Amino acid sequence: MEIILALAIGILFASGVWLVLRPRSFQVITGLLLLSYAVNLFIFITGRISLNKPPLTLDETALDPALYADPLPQALVLTAIVIGFATTALYLVVLLGSRGLTGTDHVDGKEKETDE
Amino acid sequence: MLLLSLILLPFLGAAVAACMPQHARNREAWFAAIIALCGLLLTLSQYAVISEGTALRYQLNWLSAFDLNLIFRMDGLAWLFSVLIQGICLLVVLYARYYMSPKDPVPRFFAFLLAFMGAMQGVVLSGNLIQLVMFWELTSLTSFLLIGYWHHRPDARRGARMAFTVTSIGGLCLLVGVLLLGHVAGSYDLDQILQQAEQIKAHDWYLPILILIALGALTKSAQFPFHFWLPHAMAAPTPVSAYLHSATMVKAGVFLLMRLWPVLAGTPEWTWIIGTAGVCTMLIGAFLAIFQHDLKGLLAYSTISHLGLITCLLGIGTPLAMVAAIFHTLNHATFKASLFMAVGIIDHETGSRDMRKLSGLRRVLPYTAALAIVASAAMAGVPLLNGFLSKEMFFAEALMVGSASNWWMSAAAVMMGIFGVAYSLRFIQVFFGPLQTDGGEEVHEPPRWMRFPVELLVLCCLVVGILPELSIGILLEAAAASVLAEQLPEYSLAIWHGFNLPLTMSIIAFIGGIVFYRWLQLKCNLRQRDKVPLFHRLNGKESYEATMLWLAASAARLERSLSSRRLQPQLLLLILAGMAAGAVLLWFMPTVPAQLTYTPIHWPFALLWLAGTACAIAAAWQAKYHRLAALILVGGTGIVTSLTFLWLSAPDLALTQLMVETVTTILLLLGLRWLPARISAKKLQLIASSRDKLRRSRDLLIAISSGVILSVVSYLILIQPENQTISRFFIENSLPLGGGSNVVNVLLVDFRSFDTLGEITVLSIVALTVYALLRRFRPAAESIKLPPQQTNPIDPASIQTPAEQAGSGYLQVPGIYIRLLLPIIIVVSVYFFMRGHNLPGGGFIAGLIFAVGLIIQYLLAGTAWVEARLKMQPHRWISVGLGLAVVTGLGAWVFGHPFLTTHTAHIYLPVLGELHLPSAFIFDLGVFAVVVGTTMLILTALAHQSVRSHRVPGANPDATNLQQEDR
Repeated sequence: MEIILALAIGILFASGVWLVLRPRSFQVITGLLLLSYAVNLFIFITGRISLNKPPLTLDETALDPALYADPLPQALVLTAIVIGFATTALYLVVLLGSRGLTGTDHVDGKEKETDE
Repeated sequence: MLLLSLILLPFLGAAVAACMPQHARNREAWFAAIIALCGLLLTLSQYAVISEGTALRYQLNWLSAFDLNLIFRMDGLAWLFSVLIQGICLLVVLYARYYMSPKDPVPRFFAFLLAFMGAMQGVVLSGNLIQLVMFWELTSLTSFLLIGYWHHRPDARRGARMAFTVTSIGGLCLLVGVLLLGHVAGSYDLDQILQQAEQIKAHDWYLPILILIALGALTKSAQFPFHFWLPHAMAAPTPVSAYLHSATMVKAGVFLLMRLWPVLAGTPEWTWIIGTAGVCTMLIGAFLAIFQHDLKGLLAYSTISHLGLITCLLGIGTPLAMVAAIFHTLNHATFKASLFMAVGIIDHETGSRDMRKLSGLRRVLPYTAALAIVASAAMAGVPLLNGFLSKEMFFAEALMVGSASNWWMSAAAVMMGIFGVAYSLRFIQVFFGPLQTDGGEEVHEPPRWMRFPVELLVLCCLVVGILPELSIGILLEAAAASVLAEQLPEYSLAIWHGFNLPLTMSIIAFIGGIVFYRWLQLKCNLRQRDKVPLFHRLNGKESYEATMLWLAASAARLERSLSSRRLQPQLLLLILAGMAAGAVLLWFMPTVPAQLTYTPIHWPFALLWLAGTACAIAAAWQAKYHRLAALILVGGTGIVTSLTFLWLSAPDLALTQLMVETVTTILLLLGLRWLPARISAKKLQLIASSRDKLRRSRDLLIAISSGVILSVVSYLILIQPENQTISRFFIENSLPLGGGSNVVNVLLVDFRSFDTLGEITVLSIVALTVYALLRRFRPAAESIKLPPQQTNPIDPASIQTPAEQAGSGYLQVPGIYIRLLLPIIIVVSVYFFMRGHNLPGGGFIAGLIFAVGLIIQYLLAGTAWVEARLKMQPHRWISVGLGLAVVTGLGAWVFGHPFLTTHTAHIYLPVLGELHLPSAFIFDLGVFAVVVGTTMLILTALAHQSVRSHRVPGANPDATNLQQEDR
């Protein structure tokens, strides 16, 4: 399982980095989405892999941490996901505004001579 | 408490004065005067305590561990300065009542003036050095506002900026100096620092401390070579000049040197730095003053010179010089403030301050002339006036410097005396000779009460000059004793000390001054001369301007050479830095764990990620030419991520990710419409240049290597045994303390609810920003038209409104069940919300579910249809949500607990049974409302653009018709 997760995070991250370095604003926004998956997963796995141990302490008599998945990275990631949505929206609006003002969807607001 | 009120009163007064009506000159002035008077009376009432030599002290602990406490202390010196500050403020307020024109915005003036007074009080009463620096900066700031009061005038703006730049640079130096001093002394408490004089002087850092603090004091007190800002600050209204630039602010530097005198003075370095600056300033200021044409300019340079004299006395460093310095500070404040006010009267009545255009004013302004002549006599040091006494003391001290053979200091002192007499003569010249005024109108004496402050100050000059011991002796002693403690020297304030050397020097100065002035008049055409001899090249203003220009230019150059406005290189650098950090991490990570613990591979999970990563790679590949496809592919990866969370025991995350995935996809779909059509390079038969290919390979390389690094780091983390973190606490206490079994939710709304409060605030800000940005949104011309899919004449749907499509058109079937779904989704949302504390769910998830339920109605039947039936007003949801969260937090205060402490109540309801209701539940309700509000605000604001854009002029007429049919 470890190797699958590690590879998955790496591939998502690599795809994201590739896209973030592209010149078109839509590519960058897609890249940011992929990067946020990768980073969220990365933060999440710092709590290690736990199967069938959701952090729900329903039994008052069993409060042993070994019985549950680490709740801390989960809480961090939960808020990160929601904030990620907000920043995506902000970026999208800036992107659209820039496109309306400059007439191009290049991230710098102007086409380069050697257009990609 | 009394000390605190002395500081708070002016600031509160400033706030009130700022709110008063524009034209209530009298009320404003009365109000400000009452504030100043209250302060003055409070201060005076402490006279008995202070004169006994005890210091008042008030301490309010803040960060005691860092020695940052609010300390106010009042000893003799602070008391004297405090009386000076408040007393002159009172007179200046009275004067300003008549001076300010009815057209000026007076509330602003009095508000700034009171704020300045408060800041100045803060400087003199601070018992903590950091606090002193803070008030010090505040005086710079308020004086900036006061100098720039007539902000429509360019010279006022420039003067204000210059004064602010110079004094605040000094203030920064002072801050560093004070930090070093506090470090050496082990405390920022003034009382403790003053007891460690020996250790500080012996310390290695003594010299840097001295230089930095001296820089602060010298810039503030306009000492050479920083003196140039003061003449330019004369663009301020005259009451401001009288208050700030004669009596108070410029004295702050001197005050600081006096305050730290016991700690820093008495070394050769001190004498050299402070003394040299003082002597240079004193001579240059006095010399330049002679050649001014502007009356205020003359007074400004004379102020510089007198401040130089005080600094010089402090530099000499003997206890007697200290007494003389305090004495002269007081004397200078009285005669210089009265002279400034007299100039203000002249300016006010004649409309000019130019000495070339004015003469014979004695005939029309007899009283003012008499007062000004007496005050300038005090400035020149004529016997029977206060200026004479302190100047005699200065001469006496100058004689003591060095030995009998070293007479340089004495020569400088006499020279200063000669110049002082000369510029005083130049000043009173405007009152003599034939009558000549600038304007044509009748010149007459000012109103009675406008002259009153001048009269009072001149009276002080006379009383102190004639009866020094009786009038000022005891005050001076208390002030000097508070600095010098047991070193207080024997001194006598008598007028007549017998015929001795200082008196001879005075006489030489007088005769020399008169002769020098006559000579200048006859030989150098002083009255019309434009250039200052010898010193006209010494132009502080020009070098200041040049420095500022150079700084701005080099900053721009640096920015050009080091940074880029282009996004790609910036992102590249960011990613490379991240990679470097990852590589460093790898270097330090233990590669082989104690025991390898692998989880066996689940093959379905592997297949899932095969799909997930394939989606990601395909999205990366397609994002340029096939945006919709890329969006769908990214969504695929998102679903896989969500399933992964579910698989790995994080049900809350899985739910959140799933819902966010949904709204993000809708969001991007709404945005796609505004992006330009992109035809693939293959169709256009474009061939990528070799440079592009090179860049692509470089980016690919970076992407792959960063992926590899993150993979390896993740893998190494995963095979480490679990660490002990604070998670243990959360798991063990979530149920007993937080009252909920869902640890993640309890973490969010209880243990770390302050973080969550911050997060929902950010969410709200982002949503409002998005909304605000979209209000000004102007789409590109080619995307204004309706897309071809919607105008296809063969498609019957293209002539229907979205509502018709859903009602009777091709969307009839989904129309029925999606509308049916709305109440179900709301119930589901409520269900997830209610169980959130104990089972997966909570405000975030429920809010997202609720928002999605509404959004699909929009998707189905269009904006117009939904909004005709549902007034959503997401702004209100946001404000209600934030309000609920904050009120819940504040509620804890009612019970005496810290902010956001959770309180649990158990309520018994008839049908539902016992309800477990912690206050975190209400907090979570706030979160829920904010999430619904932000999501809806963002999405609907974006959706409205499609409806709105057709109104843009020049849009396709067909589209406009369609739009009309829409209604």
